Amino acid sequence: MNLENIVKALNLRVVSGEEKLTAEVLGGYVGDLLSDVMANSKEGDLWITRQIHQNIVAVASLKDHAGIILIQGCKPAADTLDKARKEGVPIMVTDMPGFEVIGRVYNMIATKKGPDPSP
Amino acid sequence: MAAWKGLTTNVLSHETAIYENSFPVEGGTYENAGHVSSQIKALLKRMKISKEVVRRAALVTYESEINICSYARSGKIVLRVTPEHVTIEAIDEGQGIVDIELAMQEGYSTATDRIREMGFGAGMGLCNIKNFSDFFRITSEIGKGTHLKMVIRIDKDFDGI
Repeated sequence: MNLENIVKALNLRVVSGEEKLTAEVLGGYVGDLLSDVMANSKEGDLWITRQIHQNIVAVASLKDHAGIILIQGCKPAADTLDKARKEGVPIMVTDMPGFEVIGRVYNMIATKKGPDPSP
Repeated sequence: MAAWKGLTTNVLSHETAIYENSFPVEGGTYENAGHVSSQIKALLKRMKISKEVVRRAALVTYESEINICSYARSGKIVLRVTPEHVTIEAIDEGQGIVDIELAMQEGYSTATDRIREMGFGAGMGLCNIKNFSDFFRITSEIGKGTHLKMVIRIDKDFDGI
């Protein structure tokens, strides 16, 4: 499952890191507390959050995340966008609420990894 | 005041450093937060140190950096690599910690609302640092500053936490 499949299926708007959309998504992590994300997320995770400040780029980059999805119409701050473009960290935005984004991303990753849970 | 985890014998001073450097960290702003951690991560990766050790070193450096940005006037991160260990020290000039035992408790934080709104200040930083280090020591003097020392063993067979 690469990032591009998820972007297309959920109709996400890609605002940075377009060149990294072929990256493999290995899992997902959800959180707005940066220490939690630092401690518990894994390499290749797609991080779903509503934090928009530039420190999310440092976290995603340090943890080698596949990308960041900002939910509920949250838009990255200007310096976040600059930094993400410079460092090539994909940020995607959507108007969907977190619950829906997480469910759909989970289904896509889970069905790819194992048997399809839906009939 | 002080608190620590792991070995207290100073075996490290007998090891020859293959790399040693100090990186300044600006206090009172998050503008460059994570910059030193990124540099250290890249350096350790270039040294072909295992992914797991790099991941842990990046985490403890990041949390230390955030603490300096949040609570200190200024500070520095000192990285020392020997064939056996990665040692990271975070030394700051700042307000210091009144009660280290309390500060080490998960969930305890003195962070302001501004810090918390950004997703910091959840009272997890020092616990993360302790959990991801093989040796950890914290000393602090009120009104002067705080000194963290973290050591991560370079163990080629280490499977991760």
